[in-house]
Amino acid sequence: MSDLRSAAQQALASARAAGASAADAVVVESDSLETRVRGEEIDFVKQARERKLGIRALVRGAGGTRSAITSTSDLSETAVRAIAAEAVALARATAEDPAAGLPEDGFVDPDVLPELALGDAADRGAGVEAHIDAARRAERAARAVDPRITNSEGSEASSSFSRIVYANSAGFLGEYDAASHALSASPIARANGSMQRDYWITAARSLAGLESPEAVGRRAAERALRRLGARKVATCDVPVIFDPLTAASLWRQVAGLVSGYAVYRGTSFLAGKLGLRIASDAVQLVDDACRPGGLGSRPFDGEGLPSRQTAVIERGRLASYLLDTYSARKVGGRSTGSATRSASSAPGVGATNLGLAPGSASQDEIIADTRRGLLVTELIGMGFNPVTGDYSRGAAGLWIENGAIAFPVEEITIAANFADMLTGIDAIGSDLLWLSRVGSPSVRVARMTVAGG
Amino acid sequence: MTLPGSFFRDRFGLDDQRLGDALDTALERRVDYADLFFEYTAQDSVVLEEGIVKSGDRHLEQGVGVRAQVGERQGYAHADEVSVEALQIAARTARAISADPGAGGRAAVATGAAQRDLYPVARPPTDVDVAQKISLVEAIDRYARSRDPRIVEVMASCVCQHRSVLVIGSDGTQAEDIRPLVRLNVQVIAQRGARREVGYQGCGGRSGFESLLEPARWQGLVDEAVRTALLNLEAEPCPAGSMTVVLGPGWPGILLHEAIGHGLEGDFNRKETSAFSGRLGERVAAPGVTVVDDGTLPGRRGSLNVDDEGTPSQRTVLIEDGILRCYLQDRLNARLLGMAPTGNGRRESYAHLPMPRMTNTFMLAGQDDPADILRSVDRGIYAVNFGGGQVDITSGKFVFSASEAYRIEGGRIGAPLKGATLIGNGPDVLLRVSRIGSDLELDRGVGTCGKDGQSVPVGVGLPTLRIDDLTVGGTEG
Repeated sequence: MSDLRSAAQQALASARAAGASAADAVVVESDSLETRVRGEEIDFVKQARERKLGIRALVRGAGGTRSAITSTSDLSETAVRAIAAEAVALARATAEDPAAGLPEDGFVDPDVLPELALGDAADRGAGVEAHIDAARRAERAARAVDPRITNSEGSEASSSFSRIVYANSAGFLGEYDAASHALSASPIARANGSMQRDYWITAARSLAGLESPEAVGRRAAERALRRLGARKVATCDVPVIFDPLTAASLWRQVAGLVSGYAVYRGTSFLAGKLGLRIASDAVQLVDDACRPGGLGSRPFDGEGLPSRQTAVIERGRLASYLLDTYSARKVGGRSTGSATRSASSAPGVGATNLGLAPGSASQDEIIADTRRGLLVTELIGMGFNPVTGDYSRGAAGLWIENGAIAFPVEEITIAANFADMLTGIDAIGSDLLWLSRVGSPSVRVARMTVAGG
Repeated sequence: MTLPGSFFRDRFGLDDQRLGDALDTALERRVDYADLFFEYTAQDSVVLEEGIVKSGDRHLEQGVGVRAQVGERQGYAHADEVSVEALQIAARTARAISADPGAGGRAAVATGAAQRDLYPVARPPTDVDVAQKISLVEAIDRYARSRDPRIVEVMASCVCQHRSVLVIGSDGTQAEDIRPLVRLNVQVIAQRGARREVGYQGCGGRSGFESLLEPARWQGLVDEAVRTALLNLEAEPCPAGSMTVVLGPGWPGILLHEAIGHGLEGDFNRKETSAFSGRLGERVAAPGVTVVDDGTLPGRRGSLNVDDEGTPSQRTVLIEDGILRCYLQDRLNARLLGMAPTGNGRRESYAHLPMPRMTNTFMLAGQDDPADILRSVDRGIYAVNFGGGQVDITSGKFVFSASEAYRIEGGRIGAPLKGATLIGNGPDVLLRVSRIGSDLELDRGVGTCGKDGQSVPVGVGLPTLRIDDLTVGGTEG
């Protein structure tokens, strides 16, 4: 048995010995390597091995279950015994909660986990030099695109290899390995005394799944160059096209809105809207924990329940919330296998691979179909209120006149109510892109307020 | 006061010989500087919702980071095991950044002089029994619900942290710092008919848990959260476009943090990627505008006795009467720019490389009566509270989002407005400051700054300020 498995089992036994009626434990071990090259120089090389163990102790009483979480990076027997006892003592100080506790059943069979292509063992051989080389190639490619690319924040290559063990007192003990790799470039373009930075990133479970360093550098440079000469526009109401990168942020917000926790707390304007139309008919949004090679894929969730596909929005209707066991009990549903868990945090809910189904039009066709409007390529700030749906964020992008890109814009905001944005989606592109755990094609919202001069 | 380093020596069985050996290993090739950073952090929190504390948590984190610098290169390795073996492995990994087989020089590890303590506590906040923390958030819940029948939900949390750090550098630097940090958050939801609105307030600082128990303090916090939520029930859509904005005192100082502060960090200026690069000595703000970063304020959330490279924190004048005077520096960027470190080398934890970061950043008070400033505006908005903000260092564009704002009409405060994002250009926004209030306030101690994936606690402050022509991102043309 691995060290990690035995540490997890020792944690459970210690918690039970200290008086817990039930417990679970998560152990995470990771090796990581991160490098940055800027110009021709190495900026930094960073390496680490980390291990962390978290325990949740559950103490059943007459009116419900009390719980607490403790964690440590010291996996010695003495330390594990101490934090297990501490978790039980801490739990005893909290209130009884009828909804708290482990899932009753439905655990995945840990001996027959789905093969999800979460890593390639051969990638462990890629060392510091290979990472520096990839970053350097991306950096050179970016600078070679145009003489106006004069500087950069650097190009980064990183890899991490993790092993995750989850065990609970209901008898579940599962483990899996997962890797992730990323390569990014952040060049700066300069002209007429002003500077613009942009970036591009590729991320995958295996090195073979990454875009080439040259493609990353080139794409990043092209994005920075097209921002040169950006200006404000006069305040107006126009259609707004989100490119796949910025559109993904809309679905990230939906993931927060449909989290069972936001629903039972009443901190989501989508609470109580199950089965109702919340978006235009063309919107099909699915969370798929089993997507092969997906950055959010895992063979079981943070409570040991099987990974699955959940349709969140089906033809514009809110089809499902995302639930773990606790929030399912609170809203009166069943877990959707959406539990997240880390060594130092309580179980929660998170999307895994959340993707919007693509439409048939290319981004160019959507632009050609827009007489006057905005193509958003960057959003900044956190101007979103999930309780009311009020949305107002800083933006930069490209202005559209007569169905064609006219000039770059910056120092503007885009604002609307998010509920109206979802129902106002009137075009979805064919250009589905997965750069993170959220995938999206371009999306056009019929009308938003653009504030500028 | 304990001798510097004694906590770590005792806990991990380290002595001068072993620490010196680890530094020597890091210095076995030609490197300019090497340091060791030890950390031991305890953190606990309790969260109340639906009237009960459903769960508590407590975390212990310990580790060591070893860094080697050669020119502008840095090698870094960290481990969560604090042992002689782990230290040696990390030191060998970090020094690999240097290809040159020569040897770096090392000064003897000096026993540091007793330092000032900006945040002494009688008892670490993480040593206080959890029952007391639970009682406090329960009292907050009862008090909030008693304020108004429209308050339908209360969420309250109390987070306590106690962090010990030890820095040992190849130039003989040795500094230990023990940093308490407490924080109280209150969020309420008010409902009238189908309309729901949220109100939020938080407070905290580098102090003991006891500082949160003062009833006037936590009740004031709840009163503010309740008032904001009820006010938002009446809020109208915010106008869109360029207009005069008056910022209230205190937390709106986030403007300085985003518009100016990040752009003055030494790394961006050394790399010449900031919109402020090469502009020392130039006018970047209106006459009368003086902005400082001060890590030496007793008990403040952003304060530090020494930064995470062992440099004592200081008060740094960034902008003096409108003229750009200084950047914020860590050791690496100060050395490369030929400037002095300013005590702003900070890192989230042992698992991160230090970078130049802000501490408490604020504008000094001016001469104007705040009421006169409001009266001077014919049409505009008055923004008194904010959520988060963000900046694009290179283009200089920044945003920050109002969570409490009002219309100003004919010099009087009018209807409350729904939150909206304000956007501007860092290098010129302060040139359009036309009135500076006499009422400087610092925030209540809730700021967290994110940069390059690292979060650190910070403070901000501002007097009432009038800015002409800022773009307001509402929905009403």
